[in-house]
Amino acid sequence: MLRNIKILLHQGKQYIPDLTQAEMPGIFRGRPEISNEIKDSQALVDLCPTGAIQSNPISIDMGKCVFCGACAFAFPNMIKFTKDYKIAANNRDDLIVKAGEQKNILLNPDLIRKEISSLFSGSLKLRQVSAGGDNSCELELNACGNVNFDMGRFGIEFVASPRHADGIVITGPITANMAEPLQICYDAIPHPKIIILAGTDAISGGIFEGSAALDRSFLSQYKIDLYVPGNPIHPLTFINGVLELIRKRK
Amino acid sequence: MIIAIKNNQTIPLQSIPVLGYEDFLSLNTSYLKDEAKHCLNYFGYPTEGTLKLICCVANDTDNTIMISSCVLNQEKIVYPSFSAQHLSFHIFERELHENFGVQYSDHPWLKPVRYAFNRADKNSEIANYPFYQIHSEELHEVGVGPIHAGIIEPGHFRFICNGEQILHLEIQHGYQHRGIEQLFLCRKSLLQKSVLAESIAGDSVAGHTTAFVNLWESLCNYKADDDLQFSRTMALELERIAMHTGDLSAICTDIAYQLGSSVFGRLRTPVINFFQEWCGNRLAKGLIRPGANHFHFTEGLAEQLIKVFDAFEPDYLEAWNELKELPSALARLEKTGVVTREQSASIGTVGMVAKTSGIVRDIRATHPHDLYQKLNHQPVIKRHGDVYSRTQIRNEEIVQSMRYIRGMIKKIPEAIKDRAPISSAQKNSFVISLTEGWRGEICHCAITNETGELIHYKVKDPSLHNWLSLALAVRNNEISDFPICNKSFNLSYSGTDL
Repeated sequence: MLRNIKILLHQGKQYIPDLTQAEMPGIFRGRPEISNEIKDSQALVDLCPTGAIQSNPISIDMGKCVFCGACAFAFPNMIKFTKDYKIAANNRDDLIVKAGEQKNILLNPDLIRKEISSLFSGSLKLRQVSAGGDNSCELELNACGNVNFDMGRFGIEFVASPRHADGIVITGPITANMAEPLQICYDAIPHPKIIILAGTDAISGGIFEGSAALDRSFLSQYKIDLYVPGNPIHPLTFINGVLELIRKRK
Repeated sequence: MIIAIKNNQTIPLQSIPVLGYEDFLSLNTSYLKDEAKHCLNYFGYPTEGTLKLICCVANDTDNTIMISSCVLNQEKIVYPSFSAQHLSFHIFERELHENFGVQYSDHPWLKPVRYAFNRADKNSEIANYPFYQIHSEELHEVGVGPIHAGIIEPGHFRFICNGEQILHLEIQHGYQHRGIEQLFLCRKSLLQKSVLAESIAGDSVAGHTTAFVNLWESLCNYKADDDLQFSRTMALELERIAMHTGDLSAICTDIAYQLGSSVFGRLRTPVINFFQEWCGNRLAKGLIRPGANHFHFTEGLAEQLIKVFDAFEPDYLEAWNELKELPSALARLEKTGVVTREQSASIGTVGMVAKTSGIVRDIRATHPHDLYQKLNHQPVIKRHGDVYSRTQIRNEEIVQSMRYIRGMIKKIPEAIKDRAPISSAQKNSFVISLTEGWRGEICHCAITNETGELIHYKVKDPSLHNWLSLALAVRNNEISDFPICNKSFNLSYSGTDL
């Protein structure tokens, strides 16, 4: 007992006090910035492994980007990945960063259903479904609840049963073999409910886009409430995105 | 007649002996009478209207891999199975049956492996798989999954229980199948292939990507510079520390030891945050590339890592020393979920499952690559095969990996400025690459055609061998001990389903 108390004391303070202002350590690849003076745009387009880069004007779609950084290595003066981790959006097109843009990614309040803040701002229970996820986003979603990020402080938690959930968090490109279980799980969640796509694979299929082993038809049936880009998502990106979605607006 | 090659060696496809099926069977199954030999990979690929089989057997005593092949005669419909001679082939023959419709006369159970999109029988679907049943009024079934209670990957577990006791567990995979092996052929750029390798199992990024880049460099006859070898070895050992620490946290969670769960959980954070300091990604995605190093391991990073370890070690050891003496924890871990040495040998387990049932099977020692060639790695071996052994091996490997890394950073190779560019892949070739990921042996194989294009890519995650050992380990245990058993194996669903 005493030894356990000693261990407890030795841990010190592990939680991040303010998750909305936390400084990202190291060399995170977050929201990209693209120079207006791009010369060889075709080389950039050809380089990208997932077709996230488009020309005229040059843009990077964070919903397709796997954040490998290859474009920034090849053209360091033209493309830079900033440490800005607040890159979640509720409008799919807002994930596309165009040349010359240096603005923060914000949620479009007009697209947020009214009941989301009134019902979920103090408590949000989520059911996670991995549908072909490679366990990287799954590890990071678990990390959201650990003692460092402690998402539970906002009343946001993952629950075991869809019956207890207010929404679903999907990871992975959605395999054909998971299409039916995903649908059953979604149907089991009581209304009103939200859908969050976590990670590039879920948002666009990522490197798996077009694979014959996928079945992404689930996504065409419903409005997506939040897109959280990343490969994998960073816990700070996920938590800040969800907080923005459920917060009360004046 | 027999060709024996080394890890990461490319050979002309035609140098692989082509045997008649009976010789092919007797040669490969007779190898496995020696416990120092095990099957690394056994697969087929369609060529010129026939199915060519390639079998790779490792000899752990002299660092060699024996490769043999066979062309299946289409007229002969039913073949005798390797599995009837040695069980460890069961998963590979199930795959051959599922993907190509190969029929066997005496295979013990031709259960589907993963319901691949390109399987032979499209009428067989994962949703209506008939699970094994025992009809008795005294027994009941428990179905778990594909979606599990926590945030983990999908898979289905079907238990047949006698009261609280598990009589039988059947595991069905395939929910994670993304068609990775086929995508390796369709995605033409090297960067795309590297990103694919990183996505095989996102918890084993260093393991699978190192296997891929070593394979590709060998295929292009490219010698990796010291700094490349250094960063791959470093990433593999850091990944091992991070994942093992996370697993210790999860093991504590499953026995409701909250303090251990929190402490080990938060101790993983600085290790994966170090990956972010080094390469911009907490799970090392983007770090390892064939013939390139975008993130040189600097002296500054070494100093940072020493600080991380210096802070990690006392808190880690304090928590471990408490866990290993806690009677309530040991009561749950000891003698639970036992895999015997005999079972392990017959299944052909690898990695932690093999090493905790007394079998020395560790690629770092037996088929070393990169810096392991100089490291003289001594595998951690445990003998009881229970949950506690699989807990102990994680502790000892964490301590060992930290020691290796502390040694490595005393001599950091310089960054190479003018690195030779990587050329194109050799034509009509076969190559095999092995790494020891934190779970165990990862094996990638590739075959190229007359223009040097990939015509077959084969990925084997250690989990493919080891799932059967989990199914057997839980027999006669209480069903309430299943979570802790499962966690002590922590096998990969995506690595199995591909």
